[in-house]
Amino acid sequence: MGAKMVSFNGWDMPVEYPSWGGIVAEHMAVRNGVGIFDVSHMGDIRLAGPGAQAAVQHITINDVSRLAVGQAQYSAMLYPQGTFVDDVIVHRLGEDEYLIVINAGTREKDFNWVRENTRGFDCKVEHLSDDFTQIAIQGPRGVDLLQKLTDADLSAVKFYWVTRGTVCGLKNILIARTGYTGEDGFEIYIPSDEATSERVWKEVLEAGKEFGAVACGLGARNTLRLEAKLPLYEHEISDTINVWEAGIDRFCKLEKGTFIGHEALQKAKSAGLKRTLVGLEMIERGIARDGYKVLDDAGKEIGYVTSGSPAPFLKKNIALAYVPPEFAEVGKTVRVEIRGQGVAAQVVPTPFYKRPKKASSGEPRAAN
Amino acid sequence: MNYPADLKYTKEHEWIKVEGSTATIGITHYAQESLGDIVFVDLPKAGTAIAAGKTFGTVESVKAVSDLYAPATGTVADANADLATSPEKINKDANNTWMIKVTLANPAEVANLLSAADYEKFVSEEGGS
Repeated sequence: MGAKMVSFNGWDMPVEYPSWGGIVAEHMAVRNGVGIFDVSHMGDIRLAGPGAQAAVQHITINDVSRLAVGQAQYSAMLYPQGTFVDDVIVHRLGEDEYLIVINAGTREKDFNWVRENTRGFDCKVEHLSDDFTQIAIQGPRGVDLLQKLTDADLSAVKFYWVTRGTVCGLKNILIARTGYTGEDGFEIYIPSDEATSERVWKEVLEAGKEFGAVACGLGARNTLRLEAKLPLYEHEISDTINVWEAGIDRFCKLEKGTFIGHEALQKAKSAGLKRTLVGLEMIERGIARDGYKVLDDAGKEIGYVTSGSPAPFLKKNIALAYVPPEFAEVGKTVRVEIRGQGVAAQVVPTPFYKRPKKASSGEPRAAN
Repeated sequence: MNYPADLKYTKEHEWIKVEGSTATIGITHYAQESLGDIVFVDLPKAGTAIAAGKTFGTVESVKAVSDLYAPATGTVADANADLATSPEKINKDANNTWMIKVTLANPAEVANLLSAADYEKFVSEEGGS
């Protein structure tokens, strides 16, 4: 395959595939056609039993009682102080069955957290991370590609819904219309044995040829999610950042009743924000990178960049940053310290990129 | 073939071409391949002093920031202004895309750098191509 590998939270992960053109080509393929990602590093926790819904309500911020069977939602698990254990996708697979998709770097921590905090509920908690190879098929042509390989009617699956079907000859495969790119797309969960994983990966690439499908690595995954303002753990969200600061208010349903972090979030809300996540676009020449300082016009440090990169589709240098609320207004200019120089940037509306509207909706985007 | 014999190389992946007391400096084919899509180059102005083994600028790809290390000591005579708007030229032809021209303090110093054959051996051991 000729992938350039990198160690990511202990996983050997493809960062880019130079033979397919590298990050920019991979990024553009997802925006304009279709790209395929091996995202097996993502973890999965299954909760099943009569108390599963109450358990998931207790450990997540969104309201799972609103989910129909087959529907999914963006959500998060919090510590009692209102900061993030992780952000997650919760799928309702059955009447009393939920699948929580978690991040690679937080797998063990997340599983232990779920197990410890659901002991009092009548449900079984299983860590299924090693059972699945997760392949993401992302981009406007993703639906056409995957439809060639499955008997499931994908046109009937709305964004943030799941179905099951035969994929590449494998029966009863979980197919979710989800992703982390800001595009329409699917994630399929296939058995993790190497022979099966490799066969399906190859068949997906082969089926994608007519759509110009490209194998994509972590590099493009990061630039795509940044353009769409989708948070990354230890960057936009972490165990020191709360829900209001991260601006994912619309996925947090305080009114559903109590959950872990509820009390702290209520307090934080009445106390007001000390910092907030904003989108920046560089005005002067320079690229903001993760961890760079944000300065005011006088050169005083006011915040920091959580994620920064050239944006291949927008052809701008963009960043997400935490700044005090008085600097968060669109149009406000700040400076990003790049190698000792304060380089001008402007607060811009987010998400930086929004895909052209089609029928689907419900994208887990941070609040505008 | 990727590494012309008339250039000298550093372990930090720069090349230098010496003509009398002046030299041109760029980054190697291996470096551009490792970096991926190059989107930004920050180079010193004419008149800046640079020192062998010390950084003289920065090159950025979509995913990473890398320092540029001076292969030799001297004074910058010219910087390639073209790269401010077309940094991707380095990806297309690293060996023929110069970054800076330098008036060398001591041209003999360059003899200590790697030959093309030594550099090729070095990068193959690093797992490169």
